[in-house]
Amino acid sequence: MNPNNKRRPLHRPRAALALALMLLAASASSWADGDGRRGQRVLPLPSYEKECGACHVAFPVGLLPAQSWQHLMANLPRHYGTDASLDTAMANAIGVWLTASAGSGKRASEAPTDDRLTRGSWFVREHREVNAATWKLPAVKSPSHCAACHRGAEQGNYSEHDIRIPR
Amino acid sequence: MSLPRPSSQQRTRPLQWALLFAIFACAAAQAATPAELLAGYSAAAGAPAVAARGQAFFTTTHGREWSCSACHGVTPVQAGRHAGTGKAIEALAPAANPKRFTDAATTEKWFRRNCNDVLGRECSAGEKADVLAWLQTLRR
Repeated sequence: MNPNNKRRPLHRPRAALALALMLLAASASSWADGDGRRGQRVLPLPSYEKECGACHVAFPVGLLPAQSWQHLMANLPRHYGTDASLDTAMANAIGVWLTASAGSGKRASEAPTDDRLTRGSWFVREHREVNAATWKLPAVKSPSHCAACHRGAEQGNYSEHDIRIPR
Repeated sequence: MSLPRPSSQQRTRPLQWALLFAIFACAAAQAATPAELLAGYSAAAGAPAVAARGQAFFTTTHGREWSCSACHGVTPVQAGRHAGTGKAIEALAPAANPKRFTDAATTEKWFRRNCNDVLGRECSAGEKADVLAWLQTLRR
């Protein structure tokens, strides 16, 4: 064996190990989201899913900051033009969970206009390739209709591999 | 070296939550039948329900943008769609959806909210009775 190669056999396994660890670290955040639950690293509270998923999908709690969730919960009878009121006990229970589980990272860095998560800067950026006409299609109606394109939205799956945009 | 996949425990945790919630929900629910609820509303109204009146009430607007049909459909034996969000809404007629009108608190919650949206006020007991009577006549 060439003495100059003495360190190479050691380098390769180390390099391979380092590379594997880097890949693992890089994918760790998407590994936890392996089923596409971006912005929903927290499992939804069952009562949140039931009560807040009746008229629209139960939006991932991480997509709004606590301030927005609190504002919404304080104004349920005037919820974007409809009455979404809950009895006090239920509203309190859900509100506590929302505040505790709210987003704080890049997906919920500030309270969006009207507390509409579809107006948040992260959401807008993520959907910048969707043209204006698509939002108006009868099958879509509005950016809040996640399930129109995100086929797994009802299960909290927003993976970009499970998107089909209606025509 | 293969990457670890989400554990089976992660996948079944929603199921565990759902089971726990179902147990609590069953304990807390005020189980009822559509007929019982109708009897209650009719009694509160002090008059028998009129299904035809319920149909008219359900399918027309009441001074605001939406009628009940706007989300539930003109004959709610099929899934409807939320007029604002587009989300599918399960059929409202008990014959098409056995879960409907089986819990007094749930029924009252939705009457409270939706009558406020459609009429800007609470529905009277008579109006609720009429609507429920009509819904019970519907078949798939």
